[in-house]
Amino acid sequence: MTLRKRWFRFGWQAFLSCLLTVVVTACVVQQSPDAAKTADGSVPADSSAITVYTALEDDQLAKYLPLFEQAHPDIKVNKVRDSTGVVTAKLLAEKDNPQADVVWGLAASSLLVADQQGMLEPYAPQGLDKVRDQFKDDRDPPHWVGIDAWMSAFCVNTVEMEKRNLAIPQSWADLTKPEYKGLIVMSNPASSGTGFLSVSAMLQMKGEQEGWNYLDALHQNVAQYMHSGSKPCKVAGSGEYPIGISFDYRAVKQKNDGEPIEAVFPEEGSGWDIEANALVKKDNINPAAKTFLDWAISPEVSKLYAESFPITAVETDVPVPAGYPPEPIKQLTTKNDFNWAAQNRDAILAEWTKRYDAKSEAKS
Amino acid sequence: MTSTPSSLPFWQRFFPPQVSHITTREDWIRVALLGLCTLFLLVGVVFPLYPMVLRSLQDTSGSWVGLANYRTYLSTPSLVTSLSNTLWMAVLTALLSVILGFVYAYALTRTAMPGKFIFRILGLLPLYVPPLANAIGLVYLFGNNGLVTKGLFGILPGWDINLYGLNGIVIGEFLYCFPQAVVILTTALSLTDARIYEAAEALRTHPIRTFLTVTLPSVKFGLISTIFVCFILAFTDFGVPKVVGGSFNVLAIEIYKQVIGQQNFSMGATISVFLLMPTILAFVIDRIVQRRQTALVSAKSVPFQPRSNPIVDGLMFAICTLIAGFAVIVFLTIIFASFVRVWPYDFSLTLKHYNFNAVGGGGYAAYWNSIRMSLYTAIGGTIAVFIGAYLIEKGKGWGWLRSVNYFLSTVPLALPGLVLGLAYVFFFNKPLWLIPGTSYALVNPFNWLYGTMGILVLCNIIHFYTVCFLTATTALKQTDPEFEAVSASMRVPFYKTFWRVTVPLSIPAILDIGIYYFINAMVTISAIIFIYPPAIPLAAVAIVNMDDAGDVAPAAAMSALIVGTSIGVRLIYSFLTRGLHRRTQAWLKR
Repeated sequence: MTLRKRWFRFGWQAFLSCLLTVVVTACVVQQSPDAAKTADGSVPADSSAITVYTALEDDQLAKYLPLFEQAHPDIKVNKVRDSTGVVTAKLLAEKDNPQADVVWGLAASSLLVADQQGMLEPYAPQGLDKVRDQFKDDRDPPHWVGIDAWMSAFCVNTVEMEKRNLAIPQSWADLTKPEYKGLIVMSNPASSGTGFLSVSAMLQMKGEQEGWNYLDALHQNVAQYMHSGSKPCKVAGSGEYPIGISFDYRAVKQKNDGEPIEAVFPEEGSGWDIEANALVKKDNINPAAKTFLDWAISPEVSKLYAESFPITAVETDVPVPAGYPPEPIKQLTTKNDFNWAAQNRDAILAEWTKRYDAKSEAKS
Repeated sequence: MTSTPSSLPFWQRFFPPQVSHITTREDWIRVALLGLCTLFLLVGVVFPLYPMVLRSLQDTSGSWVGLANYRTYLSTPSLVTSLSNTLWMAVLTALLSVILGFVYAYALTRTAMPGKFIFRILGLLPLYVPPLANAIGLVYLFGNNGLVTKGLFGILPGWDINLYGLNGIVIGEFLYCFPQAVVILTTALSLTDARIYEAAEALRTHPIRTFLTVTLPSVKFGLISTIFVCFILAFTDFGVPKVVGGSFNVLAIEIYKQVIGQQNFSMGATISVFLLMPTILAFVIDRIVQRRQTALVSAKSVPFQPRSNPIVDGLMFAICTLIAGFAVIVFLTIIFASFVRVWPYDFSLTLKHYNFNAVGGGGYAAYWNSIRMSLYTAIGGTIAVFIGAYLIEKGKGWGWLRSVNYFLSTVPLALPGLVLGLAYVFFFNKPLWLIPGTSYALVNPFNWLYGTMGILVLCNIIHFYTVCFLTATTALKQTDPEFEAVSASMRVPFYKTFWRVTVPLSIPAILDIGIYYFINAMVTISAIIFIYPPAIPLAAVAIVNMDDAGDVAPAAAMSALIVGTSIGVRLIYSFLTRGLHRRTQAWLKR
């Protein structure tokens, strides 16, 4: 290599290194709140559009959202709808740079997780005084506000029960009877909020000792623990397994769709959870998000909620939908402490997994 | 390829020392391209994985806990059981898929079996079907109330295969892995030199001996790649076990429980790291095997023309019919289910499930978005994969960079979609990166991608990168390096050789890669469910949402739509490219 070529090469390398250094340093900014904001807020919040994360069912959204669009035609709602677990995971994963402005109709127990991580902005929407007390966060202003309640229910396939000549179980106690061995499916509490609801309800209703004894007995009859809340009811509807421990809305809907399903509300009472709304904490909170939260507990939309849910946070004059117990509020278990459930969740799941998840291998 | 003395240190067998001379403009272009490829893979794979691995060393609130998560993992019996379950299931699936996939690919390339064109399409059929729909089909056939279990409404004796558990997972994973095995093995088997077979025949070698001493060794590389691909695909998939797994726990389901069920990203990340281990193992073994690989198609090669042999052809036809028949039956069950009023109690037929207005998910807008996304993925992915594979396989010098590239190209296979999707959220959604120990932060230059079509396309390209990469590598490996040597000695720049010789020679593989990208992007769910922007609903996600809401029949209907599209595109594609195919492959004919 000639000297000139070598110098040329050296020059090139020096040039490239300088370029690299400049590019890298240009990317570095001082981490002060102001700097973060300018770098972060490069896209100014569009005041006319909000992003709403929700776990409400699609057919429900199709009824509710047009009402909002009528009242506020200037605000565009971008919705992200998915199952409770996916929405919660997405929300938490985006913690460093939240994309959602509002969470609408997500299980309160999931919102508590987001709240523990400091992701929720306290906000008292207009009309808060009309919301029943046990349906909102007791801090002032509340971190979350409920819109309706859902509860556990059994989906029992009448055709399959008839084939086997079995009575339809009416209570949690019935489910442990030996004749139902291998016929019951429920959601795995480690994968689904509905499953956790049932387990936590048992533990709160019967006390820890008795509760675990009951779950031990139930485990003897359970054929499978499934990975979503609605799945047990779906397989009950198609007769794969005749009894599914699921939740009320699903049981009633499938029955109304013509599947041979009996929605059973257990005599001892049902575990329940609230579907709630919250404002997401971020640097520039869009005023339209607050408008949306005000609307989401208005009497008008609550009437629509009441068409699919027997219990709404804002009382309405809409009669209880067909298929539900006449006095739904009495069906709810009296002991239901969301904070207790949230705090003990890890311990309960660890115990549950130790008892049933590892053991279930031997059966298959 | 140069032989390496075995006395070299261990690591040098993987990264042989090579002298890099940069003397010409051509070399600059080559290195620049290689650098670009590396950057692409770094952004697509490594950078997003870094925050993911970091999470496995933190607790749920983000403070450093070292290896505590790993200790928890190894001391939880149910998690250890799922590790051994997963290994066992993946080995079974890989064996089944590779053996049957090999027979199928052999029949397609080396026999004069009738109906090859149809079999070529049917063999890939399960790939066109969204995984969830395949699982629905299996339950309707083999579940407790399934058509087969109950003997077709009691007409035939029932046959209960005990679907929920290991059996169901292996069958489901087989449907998922088989087409991938066929893609790689067909490529491996279709490039061969007929002169060897003529020589074997002239020497009166017994056909079985020819098969064992010529055919099998010639596809060794493809075969080993296929085993790893199938093993790792089954090892990391979560869709099938979620639906038909019953109580048989596997690792991917454990990740699902941690991430979706409990929002415990730290534990999810820890289990993901365990899932990554087979790739590293696969990489090491692959490098060892690959060193012995030589080109099969030399410049003097003569293409193999299968001759008809009634016994072999008939036998192959029967086997292929059985395999393809199974896939078709599963598919027809899905179609049938979309017309049935209430499965399995009211079998009267109805069209009401085809009205998507009543159900959620985005309807036809989602469908068009999916097509657009898949097209971009197919075009971008094919270009990226083929150039990447070319630079690694046919490049000169910079051996360590090519090895790094090769390794990065094999990593995506080991990433379950769920992990990849979350990693993308963590990485791309962060506007600033704190530099540890200072008050300074690095601006994330890729933040703008988040929430656009771009991130969906990038995610898909990376998610399916490895299988495409292996297909391209297999094809490139089997073309003679003499082409490059001759061009170089005639002072033809490498990019001209690439465009005028290498690309035309590899047209079948390139077309396969494009189609593979398209159909996978149409049906994939696990990765993009976390990153699809609110304004871009997608068809495959719509299927999950509909199934979630209990609208199984509309979900089946949407699946039918997706399958129809993929097959349609495939047919149009092969029709439009027939001329191209014929022209570029004419040299293979005598």
